[in-house]
Amino acid sequence: MLEALQLPFIQRALIAGLLVGGLASYLGVLVVQRRLSFLGDGLAHAAFAGVAIGLFLHEEPLWIAIPFAVGVSLAITWVRERSNLGDDTAIGIFFAVSVALGVLFMSMRQGFAPDAVAYLFGSILTVTQVDLWVMGSIALVVALMAPLWRNWAYATFDRELALADRQPVLLHDYLLSALIALVVVASVKVVGIVLIAAFIVIPAATARLLTQTFASMTLLSVAIGVVSVIPGLVASYIFDVPTGSAIVLVQALLFALALAVRR
Amino acid sequence: MTAPPVQLDNFSVRFGEFQALDRVTLEVPQGAFVAILGPNGAGKSTLLKALLGIASGILRDAPTSVSGSVKVFGNTPQNVKAGWVGYVPQVKSFDRSFPALSLEVVVSGLRRSWPFIVTLQERKKAEAMLEQVGALQLANRRLGRLSGGELQRVYLARSLIREPKLLLLDEPATGVDAVGEADLYRHLETYQRQSGATVMMITHDWEAAQHHASAVLLINRRVIEYGLPADVMCPNCLAQAFGHVGHSHGLVSGRR
Ligand SMILES: Nc1ncnc2c1ncn2[C@@H]1O[C@H](COP(=O)(O)OP(=O)(O)OP(=O)(O)O)[C@@H](O)[C@H]1O
Ligand SMILES: [Mg+2]
Repeated sequence: MLEALQLPFIQRALIAGLLVGGLASYLGVLVVQRRLSFLGDGLAHAAFAGVAIGLFLHEEPLWIAIPFAVGVSLAITWVRERSNLGDDTAIGIFFAVSVALGVLFMSMRQGFAPDAVAYLFGSILTVTQVDLWVMGSIALVVALMAPLWRNWAYATFDRELALADRQPVLLHDYLLSALIALVVVASVKVVGIVLIAAFIVIPAATARLLTQTFASMTLLSVAIGVVSVIPGLVASYIFDVPTGSAIVLVQALLFALALAVRR
Repeated sequence: MTAPPVQLDNFSVRFGEFQALDRVTLEVPQGAFVAILGPNGAGKSTLLKALLGIASGILRDAPTSVSGSVKVFGNTPQNVKAGWVGYVPQVKSFDRSFPALSLEVVVSGLRRSWPFIVTLQERKKAEAMLEQVGALQLANRRLGRLSGGELQRVYLARSLIREPKLLLLDEPATGVDAVGEADLYRHLETYQRQSGATVMMITHDWEAAQHHASAVLLINRRVIEYGLPADVMCPNCLAQAFGHVGHSHGLVSGRR
């Protein structure tokens, strides 16, 4: 096992897993607390459409998936702010359009698409140097915006009070949804489109069961998100199962434990 | 020459087709304790939100249109100095599942953002404030698990912690027990005496308004009457505000 760490592709997988695990579980606390779990799913499928278009055009899929997912995320936020349709409906519409586009472009490609499967279910062992650079840059952006945690938390707690205190709540909403989209795209290679929503939500949900304050919930969620990647990776290496499944199952196990031990 | 805390001139708010406030003109002098009375749906909460600059901020369905002018200390509500205005909302619209301790909520009033780490100084200040409103024992309790009256106290502490010059209270006594209500007025009076702050409080409690307020605003979308409590609480004015004579007469003279 330890000699496996010498292999560059294992090293890349480990770095990618830890980075993305931390990012997803950090934004996950806001996603969970704002009841936007479905947004993770919607954006994952927007990423899928972006990847499909990229594969169709023979471009690096990330370069299409990133702007596409960010655009969809901003559009969802825009519809949410402008109407009282409800988050689920706004997200559902974009979800459907994304899946339709994704399937359309996938079907227009000639022949079998093994790479498409990698995107659907994740394939952390094929993380490239480019993928790592992209993840690292996204992590940097999220880190630079860390001071906004206080504002996002405040508006999550009570939007009206945040507005009364002159917070630019709307601007912060757009920034948050753009970041969530970036993290979703970054997570595609690690856990796959199908499992991203769970990957974002489960650590935060587990943390909420065990904590009394939002700050401790955030810290614990990130800890769970990062730590659960390691056994997930090991299991996937030893038993040759998809990494995404292994990680998410480890997280689900932690969630069940938390549910059992909470006071 | 300082500008009055509140100055409204022909101020109107429409929610779509619905006129919530109709050409309200009003000036509140510094140090006043204004009780705002009026029937349900009279636009009382809307008035306070206008003073906070959020009358049109949170709406999703009907387009809001606002006309006329609102000045708070001579400024638009958005440009008033941070911390000059304290607010206790009527509807506690916070997310009950949000993991928040009462103490953090009070500190959020101090910082105007959510605390990641509460400093020792902030903790002392928030605890002192909670103690003043008789809620120190709530400091480390989950906000989402407090009772209605307990919540009111925490929100009151929150609104006072920056020592605002203008305090806007939307039915702060609702859900508070009799002792708590007496406490509330005592705090407000003490605070006013010490700070010279202006208080505007929405209430449905006529007696309290009569006893504690220096002025009463009777409102039903438009200003019905605004003046000294004794002058405003005449059966006729009430009838106008509430639209039926007998009942409102009973309200004024009757004792609970
Ligand atoms: N965001 C909104 N969109 C549409 N209508 C609104 C909105 N906010 C308030 N209203 C309407 O404006 C009217 C005045 O509301 P407001 O909350 O100011 O009443 P109020 O005097 O505080 O009543 P109460 O005594 O019941 O608290 C109500 O009829 C309400 O339905
Ligand atoms: Mg009201």
